[in-house]
Amino acid sequence: MIRSVWIIAVREMRDGFRNRRVVASTLLLAALALTLSLIGSAPVGELGASRLSVAVVSLSSLTTFLIPLIALIIAHDAIAGEFDRGTMLLLLSYPVRRWQIIAGKFLGHVGILTIAIIIGYGLAALAMGLTAAPQESASRLAFLNLLGTSVMLAAAFLALGYCVSVVAQSQRAAAGAAIGIWLFFVILYDIALLGLLVVDDGRMVTVGLFNLLLLANPADIYRMLNLAGLPDIGRLSGMAGIARDVTLSPAALAGALLAWICVPLLFASVAFSRRQV
Amino acid sequence: MDENVISLDRVSKQYRDVRALDEVSLAVPRAQRVALIGHNGAGKSTLIKLMLGLIRPTGGKVVVLGAEATGAGFIEARRAIGFLPESIVFPDGMTGVEVLDFYARLKRQPVSKNAGLFERVGLAQAARRRVGTYSKGMRQRLGLAQALIGHPRLLLLDEPTSGLDPSLRKEVYGIIGELARNGATVLLSSHALAEIEPEVDRVVALIRGRKVADGTMVGLRQASAALARIQVRLPEGCELPDAALVCAASHERRGDGVTEIRCRESEKLPILRRLLAEPSALADVEVIPATLEDIYAGILRREEAR
Repeated sequence: MIRSVWIIAVREMRDGFRNRRVVASTLLLAALALTLSLIGSAPVGELGASRLSVAVVSLSSLTTFLIPLIALIIAHDAIAGEFDRGTMLLLLSYPVRRWQIIAGKFLGHVGILTIAIIIGYGLAALAMGLTAAPQESASRLAFLNLLGTSVMLAAAFLALGYCVSVVAQSQRAAAGAAIGIWLFFVILYDIALLGLLVVDDGRMVTVGLFNLLLLANPADIYRMLNLAGLPDIGRLSGMAGIARDVTLSPAALAGALLAWICVPLLFASVAFSRRQV
Repeated sequence: MDENVISLDRVSKQYRDVRALDEVSLAVPRAQRVALIGHNGAGKSTLIKLMLGLIRPTGGKVVVLGAEATGAGFIEARRAIGFLPESIVFPDGMTGVEVLDFYARLKRQPVSKNAGLFERVGLAQAARRRVGTYSKGMRQRLGLAQALIGHPRLLLLDEPTSGLDPSLRKEVYGIIGELARNGATVLLSSHALAEIEPEVDRVVALIRGRKVADGTMVGLRQASAALARIQVRLPEGCELPDAALVCAASHERRGDGVTEIRCRESEKLPILRRLLAEPSALADVEVIPATLEDIYAGILRREEAR
């Protein structure tokens, strides 16, 4: 049972390395991370908050945009693309269950993105570590937190990507839906939310409802986990005002992000099992 | 206990508004080579998917290798099935060896035996090259190698020779024949009727989801309205007596001194007997049986008339 999952996961990772997906994602993340962290530290100067903290703020903003995009690019093709190429029919004729295919691909893709995140952001952190004074442990913790939550964010959008890939009738349709998901969660949702807050001016939107609205978007959960988690970092980012109102504990936020991984993954497995081939 | 490798009992498959298969029954014993013929959309691929347990029939029962194809236990039965889908595209970045290793692992077969499979399909030289550099024929051969992993007891091959050159086609049929001699059952779908005729034991024809013919070539010829041809060469100046041509559907004197007589399969022997009894010695006689193409064309006409 588990062996089939592992065999598929290893194949996906190898495939990721072969078609330069891993290299491309890593380079992209590293290049942008380095640029952001070097530029981002300039206005703070020597006496401001620790440079690693600043880096965490800028990196997490970058991640909210980039990681969902990379994850969706990889995931939208996972099922629909293989159907288009004819390899899915073959894979299904093997002694493999459909949930094992989803689970295997998920593990492989999470592996690919974990490597890209650790190497990409690790390079940025290293570069800063070389130029900056010794960091406080809180900043280091924030950086580890950033790595962990980035992987979780990637996993959530991979799972969402599988959902569209399973439901879509072709790879092209899946690509369209994936772009829609990215636009909605990463761009439109926050604009709509901010607009709502301005218009509402605290009448209808209670703290409870606001928390709920944030939990309804994995990208916002990620932001909360990184920006509002530590007081120092919360002050550095524009989220400080909002963060004051968020009454959710980091554990609750992490739990919600975990749910954003498990529920779509479960949905993708069930929908895949029911899909006509 | 069902001793047939494939056993379909009045199987139907309805997609939204299309009846892909209509009460098809089929029993295939061990070591038989069966060709599935029919137009695109006749239901060949649907039938193969049902046998693989990839889709559920809307009616009837599919039993393959003793297990019901929709049952929970069928996952294990798949280990003994080799399948070659139509027009398969393997990931370009992987080498042939990596592709075959992956599929062998999924079937829990030792990857050490894969070298022999590459040898068998004539890919040994290219095994370590990336699939992206393969020609269409080489990809098809890789697909075939994949289907042969673990000595399958049943092979389901969808258009196995499409995209292959003639010598390679012969090799593929050679492999199929060898597998059948070793006890494997082979079911292949094909459009190339002339090509499969000598290579299979049995032909099943589907038209719009219905089974319209099923039998050996000899049996199909007997049942068919398709005509056999008898070509007779007479010595210079001789004419064919009318008595010999009774029951013939038609006859035609060709320019090269050959008379071609067309007749039903059942009339073939009586006509030949009369011809041979003729005192005016025949220079040559050639009997050309109705081809599968002729028979299929006859079936099509019959079905369209319905």
